[in-house]
Amino acid sequence: MDLGRAAQTVYTMWLREMIRFSRSKSRIIGALATPLFFLVILGTGFSSAFQVKGGGTFDKSYLAPGLIGMSVLFASLMGGVSIIWDREFGFLKEILIAPVSRFFVALGKAVGGVTTAMIQGVLIMIIAWFIGIHYVSFWGVLAGIGVMFISGIGFIGLGIAIASRIESHEGFQMVMSFLTMPLVLLSGAFFPIANLPGWLKVLVYANPLTYGVEALRYFLLGKSFISIWLCIAVLVIFSIAMISLGGKLFGKMRA
Amino acid sequence: MLYAIETSGITKRFEEVTAVNNISISVRPGELFGLLGPNGAGKTTLINMLSTMIEPSGGSALVWGHDVVKEADLVRQNIGVVFQDTTLDDRLTGRENLDLHGRLYGLDGKTRKNRTQDVLSLVELTERADVIVKTYSGGMMRRLEIARGLMHHPHVLFLDEPTLGLDPQTRLHIWDYIHKLNREQGVTILLTTHYMEEADRLCDRIAIIDYGQIVALDTPQELKNMLGGDVITLELEDPEDVGKLCSSYQKDGCVNMVTGKQNEVFITVNNGERQIPHILALSSHAGIPILSVSLRKPTLDDVFIHYTGRAIRDKEVSGMEEVGYKIRSRRK
Repeated sequence: MDLGRAAQTVYTMWLREMIRFSRSKSRIIGALATPLFFLVILGTGFSSAFQVKGGGTFDKSYLAPGLIGMSVLFASLMGGVSIIWDREFGFLKEILIAPVSRFFVALGKAVGGVTTAMIQGVLIMIIAWFIGIHYVSFWGVLAGIGVMFISGIGFIGLGIAIASRIESHEGFQMVMSFLTMPLVLLSGAFFPIANLPGWLKVLVYANPLTYGVEALRYFLLGKSFISIWLCIAVLVIFSIAMISLGGKLFGKMRA
Repeated sequence: MLYAIETSGITKRFEEVTAVNNISISVRPGELFGLLGPNGAGKTTLINMLSTMIEPSGGSALVWGHDVVKEADLVRQNIGVVFQDTTLDDRLTGRENLDLHGRLYGLDGKTRKNRTQDVLSLVELTERADVIVKTYSGGMMRRLEIARGLMHHPHVLFLDEPTLGLDPQTRLHIWDYIHKLNREQGVTILLTTHYMEEADRLCDRIAIIDYGQIVALDTPQELKNMLGGDVITLELEDPEDVGKLCSSYQKDGCVNMVTGKQNEVFITVNNGERQIPHILALSSHAGIPILSVSLRKPTLDDVFIHYTGRAIRDKEVSGMEEVGYKIRSRRK
C-alpha cells in the first residue's frame, strides 16, 4: 500500500472519531466532571488537612497534573477499547473488509482517540488555570500537551491490544476496573512518591502513568521527583511498544 | 475472465463441524446468483470466505479473477458486501457513512460527492441523508447499507440475507433495488436467502445448499420443471366418477400424469392455468359435475423438499429446539 492510501486511512479513522466525539457532548461533560470534582474537593480537603513531609502545606496544584494524567488515561484507554463497541455494533466488519492496511486503521483509531484525550486534558488544564493553578511557562504548557500525546498513544495502544483479545463487552467492565483504578492510584497522582514504603514504591515505579504524571508535573509546575529525561524515555518506549502490540493484535482480530 | 466468482472444492471446517463442504460454483459476470438454504446450511460461511473475511480450510476461490487468500486486497477492492447484521456507524449520518466508506476505498473528494448522490438516489434516501443513522428504520438501514456497498463501483456484490427481518413492503422495495442494480448497472450479485420467494423472484440461477453442500443448481424454472409441472386438483361430487374422469384425461393426452383419490382427481400438467378450460370442457363433455378446481404451481419449497427430504422450515424449528435445550441444560 502506498503512502497516500496509508495517510488517507489514518485520516479517515481519525475523522470518524472526531465526528463521533463532537456528537457526544454529554460524554465530554461527564469525562470532565470527575477530575474536576477531585481537583476542587480533594484539593481543598487535602490542603486544609495535610502537610507535605519536610514542611509546607499541601498545595492543590499538586493534584492538577495527576488529574490531567488521569483523564488522558481514561479517554485514551476508552478510545482503544471502543473497538469492542465497533465489533458489538458491527462497524468493525466494515473496516476489516476494506482494502486497507489494518495497522493504519489501528493507527488512525489511535490518533483519533488521542486527539479526544488531549482535548479533554487541555480543557482540564484550562479550567484548573481558571481556579487558580499556576503553570510555570507557556512552553511548559505546550510540552505538557506533548506529554499527553505520547502517553495517550501508549494507553490507546494498550486499549486496542486488550480489545483485540477480549471476546465480549462483558469482559470490558472487569478489565476497566482492574486496570484504570490501580493505574491511577499507583501513579502518584494523589500523593507524593518520595517517601513510599518499598512494596508500594515498586508498583508505582512499574506504572507507566507515573512517568506521565511526573512529566506533566515537571512541565506544568516546574518540579518533579523523577528525572524528566527518564520520564520521557519511559513514555516513548512504552508508547512505541504498546502501539506496535495493539496494531499487531488488531491485525489478527476477527470480526 | 470467464467467471465473476469461481470456487473449486472450497471447504471450511470449524472445530467439529464442516460448515462448507467441497463447494464448486461458477458465477458468470452480470449474473444474479442465489444461495438458498436453511439457517446454518453454510451460506454465510461461504460468503465470508468469498469476501475474504475468513480463510478457507481447503479448496480455492477466485473473485473477479483474484484469489481470495493470496490477493485478498484486490478482491476487497472489487467487491461490495452487505452483511446480515448492520455494519453502519449509527452515530454518523447516512452521508457520513457513505463518505467514510469512499475514503477507505481511496475515492477522491469529487468522486465521493458524485457517488454519494448517485447511490443515495438509487435507494431513495437522499432526503434522509443528513440524519443520524440511529433514527433510521430497519429497512432504511438496509438500503443505506446496500448504497454503501455500491459506493466504490464494485464488480461483485455479496448480499447476505438482504431482506431478513424486514416487513413485506420494504422487502418488495429492496427486491426492486437488487433487480435494478443487476439489470441496469450490470453488477454481478451473489445473495443468500432462506426465503423461497426471494430466490425465485430475483435469481437467474439458484444453488440449493444443505449441510454445507450443494444439492441442486439451476434456474428457478428448471428446478421447478424437474418436478414435472403444475398440479390441478378437481373435487368431484360423486367418488364413483373419479375412475371414469381419470381415464378420459389419459385418453385425451393433454396431461402428464393423473391420479385419483376418494372424490379428488390430481392432474399434473405444464402451463396449468391454460389447461384448466380444456380440462373443464372435457369433464362437462363427459357429464361429470365438478365442485371445485384448484391450481398449484410447484414452488421452490417443493423443490427443496424434493432434494432434502424436508421443508426449509423444519430445520429452523429443530434449531430453535436445540437452543431451548441448551438453555435448559445449562440451568441444571
